[in-house]
Amino acid sequence: MFANIGEDIVTAVLQGAPPGTVYALVALGFVLAYKTSGVFNLAFGAQAYASAVLYFKTHAEWGWPVLPSLAVSVFVLAPLVGFLLESLIFRHLRTAPPVSSLVVAIGLTIAIPSIVDLALDFQPRNGQIPLGIVPNGNSVYYPVFDLYSFSRDELMAMGVATAAMLALAAMFRFTMVGLKMRAVVESPRLTELNGLAADRISISAWMLSSLFAGLAGVLIAPRFPTLAPGRFFDIVVVAIAAAAVGALVSLPRAYIGGLALGVAIALFNTFIPRWANDHSWLRPMQNNITPALPFVVLFLVLVFMPGLRRARFAADPLAGVDPPPRSTVIPAPISASEIVRRTLGTTLLVVTLIVLFTRGDSAFLYLAGQGAALAVVYLSITIITGLAGHISLCQGSFAAVGAFTTYQLAARYDTSVLVGAVAGALVAAAVGALLSVPLIRLSGVWIAIATLAFAFFFDAVMVKFSWTGAPSGVATGDLVVPRPVIGPWDMASDKSFLAFLLAVLAIATVAVMLLSRSTTGRMLRATRGSEIAAQSIGISPTRARVLAFSLAAGLAGLGGALLVIQQESVNYDTNFAPFAALFWLVLVVTFGARAPEGAIAGAATFTLFDKVVLQGTFIGWLLRSPDRVPGLLPVSPKWRLVLFGLGTIQYASHPEGVLEMARARRNRRRAEDDDHDDDHVELALEASV
Amino acid sequence: MGLGGAAPAKNGADVSAALELRRVYAGYGPFRALFDVNLTIAAGEAVALVGSNGAGKTSLARVASGLVTPSEGSVVVNGRDLTRAPAYRYARAGVAHAPEGRSVFATLTVEENLELSIHRIRGRKGLKAGLEQAYALYPILGERRQQLAGTLSGGEQRMLTMARVLVDAPRLLIADELSLGLAPLMVQHTYEALQQLRQSGVALLVIEQHVTHALALCDRVVILDRGTPTWIGSSEQARTRLQTVLHSPPTSN
Repeated sequence: MFANIGEDIVTAVLQGAPPGTVYALVALGFVLAYKTSGVFNLAFGAQAYASAVLYFKTHAEWGWPVLPSLAVSVFVLAPLVGFLLESLIFRHLRTAPPVSSLVVAIGLTIAIPSIVDLALDFQPRNGQIPLGIVPNGNSVYYPVFDLYSFSRDELMAMGVATAAMLALAAMFRFTMVGLKMRAVVESPRLTELNGLAADRISISAWMLSSLFAGLAGVLIAPRFPTLAPGRFFDIVVVAIAAAAVGALVSLPRAYIGGLALGVAIALFNTFIPRWANDHSWLRPMQNNITPALPFVVLFLVLVFMPGLRRARFAADPLAGVDPPPRSTVIPAPISASEIVRRTLGTTLLVVTLIVLFTRGDSAFLYLAGQGAALAVVYLSITIITGLAGHISLCQGSFAAVGAFTTYQLAARYDTSVLVGAVAGALVAAAVGALLSVPLIRLSGVWIAIATLAFAFFFDAVMVKFSWTGAPSGVATGDLVVPRPVIGPWDMASDKSFLAFLLAVLAIATVAVMLLSRSTTGRMLRATRGSEIAAQSIGISPTRARVLAFSLAAGLAGLGGALLVIQQESVNYDTNFAPFAALFWLVLVVTFGARAPEGAIAGAATFTLFDKVVLQGTFIGWLLRSPDRVPGLLPVSPKWRLVLFGLGTIQYASHPEGVLEMARARRNRRRAEDDDHDDDHVELALEASV
Repeated sequence: MGLGGAAPAKNGADVSAALELRRVYAGYGPFRALFDVNLTIAAGEAVALVGSNGAGKTSLARVASGLVTPSEGSVVVNGRDLTRAPAYRYARAGVAHAPEGRSVFATLTVEENLELSIHRIRGRKGLKAGLEQAYALYPILGERRQQLAGTLSGGEQRMLTMARVLVDAPRLLIADELSLGLAPLMVQHTYEALQQLRQSGVALLVIEQHVTHALALCDRVVILDRGTPTWIGSSEQARTRLQTVLHSPPTSN
């Protein structure tokens, strides 16, 4: 009996080693990037994806031998990506707050895979994955104690990970290069005062960590069923959990953390089904616990390991050398031109709506309805990110809570979906409030990562219960949600429901605007500026944070509910999965998270940009004939991801977004014109005297 | 403005000057900090920079070490025009700047902090000797060589900053708020080390709260007021003059 258990444990350890190595490999890369650039590089997975795709293309499709494929994808492309990222983007963000570079990294997570797909004409397909870099990597096995057999690919990955850990740790501990890289991360200016070229060190650090990303990408790709960017992103989040064990800076501990996660998952997989035989309450969860383990670990580490929390990003002692950020708010004088502009804008909106309602075909009505429902979700980002200043990466989960609540109430108790939507909003608000409690002591980047961990936990566990989404429904999308009937109005048609959604959106927009002007809104904005300063004038940051999270979660829940009513079914994977929901944040932040316009423009872009712009419908309409559309169009919808993913780059210098930025620029120009006018007046006065 | 001072600026590259600022205007974004600054520091000369809070002393030091690039004017170091060059080229040209406050790498150990500059200047072979020199200067740093610099006390961090530039043996040493946070004994040590460097031909630009200390060390005094040098003279002249200037409201000439 005990011998059996011992054997099982050894088997599990051996089984856990290969996936553990994958986590360790990515965790090492993540730690490397973090140590050498100070950037919380969520785009690490995207970089790995780029090399994996190029390797697949050259090796599997074009039939190149292994070595040239490997050289091009890992030793040329990967460092090149690092070079470009550093010199074009992150060099200019070195002194920006860590949250800014995190947002940019999220944008790159979206943009890079699409750029790669477009450039290489690659389409992720099931079963289409590269083979490993050693011959017969997945068919030759080496058994260990007759308990588990390692494939050649697995042994290769384990060897590389171990060697990399040793080599990198030695580099940081014993060489000047490693020391210089650590110095630049903390203060490029102080490094320069020591006579060291910070830019050059920073570039080589980025190229090194990108090279590692590429290597990891090629090595781990054979483990995936599909070569898709989402897989790589998921594994980065798992790797962050492993890296968090080493406080994100220790390479050996990240390596051990990765292996331990792999082994722990294997142990759970071995033992939980047995325990479930004895304890029936475990049974519904037995398949969900293990995939959720890394995210639970990450969340717990973030919340309960104060050392990690306090491992603050050491502030640059010479930050004062940089010019202060430009003030983003320039009060708008209500001038004649502003009134004209607003009138024109309103007219345009009304005309668009009239055209939509009278002439729009069913596809447009459907997309517009989807956009209106999404806009309500996006408004939650206006609250949490724009108003309260937190980056939340689990708005998709909050929306899903609203959606599932609506579905369950309608399916089980035949409740009206409108009542369901309100209930969904309330449940989501409660979930948001609960979630915010453990997050109270976290700040900035850590909130983002903790919410991401929650989103993945939700994705792995919560979705799969019979009282939420149930596994079968999630996959096939047969969680049917009916359209509502209010008295005499049956909203079965997309047109009538669109009218309803627009009304709800208008109310939500006004509510958010009123909120931002209210005392509560000012309280949130004060904590956004400085929690310490806010505390000193009697604001409780705890209360502000709980409030911000529950309001945002409630609104996201409402929007999620409306979205599934509009789509008439719950499609969790396409709408609410963590990776899908990243793009929401990207869109809202690019357009502007501080005002509702940004959310609405973001939602319109999400649903309509592809149809209207990229497929050439708009140009065709302008040219009055679809035949005259230039041959360039239609272009791939992936350009949307590229465009707006890269759009986040301006977040660091303009956190107010492009809409507000344009307005500020107009106001500034007008203010300058006014100055000139004053000059004229003064000159005239002087002349008259 | 442009007061010439005791060592008049010559046109063209003056090889003998450690630092030459010509008609320098500088600031941070929209904020202007320096206006029309002309200042020449000859090789081996020691200059004290005096002025009230916000007069532009730190900005002037930053321009002199390349941390802040002037919007107008030029900066010549040892006869080379480095106006638009990045700060590391200044350091390589022989400028060592100890910025004000706790200017250390908080996440590196004391030894690693020192290694960065000693390794560049003396190479791997000179590393040990350089470290020994720093620890001889400030023994407490030797005791804490494996400690993270961020966990040192304010005075110890200041010593670390000063140790870096003192061991550097540059052509021009810039010390901002030289003795702020240092214990009296350490202040004395630091001044002795500076005096030695002076005698070996190092030029000094010193910003100091203890005006008497500074006057004892320096040949020349520059008084900054609202971003412009308003008075330049010898230490002896300054001693009599400062009493009146520093204790009366700033003039706006």
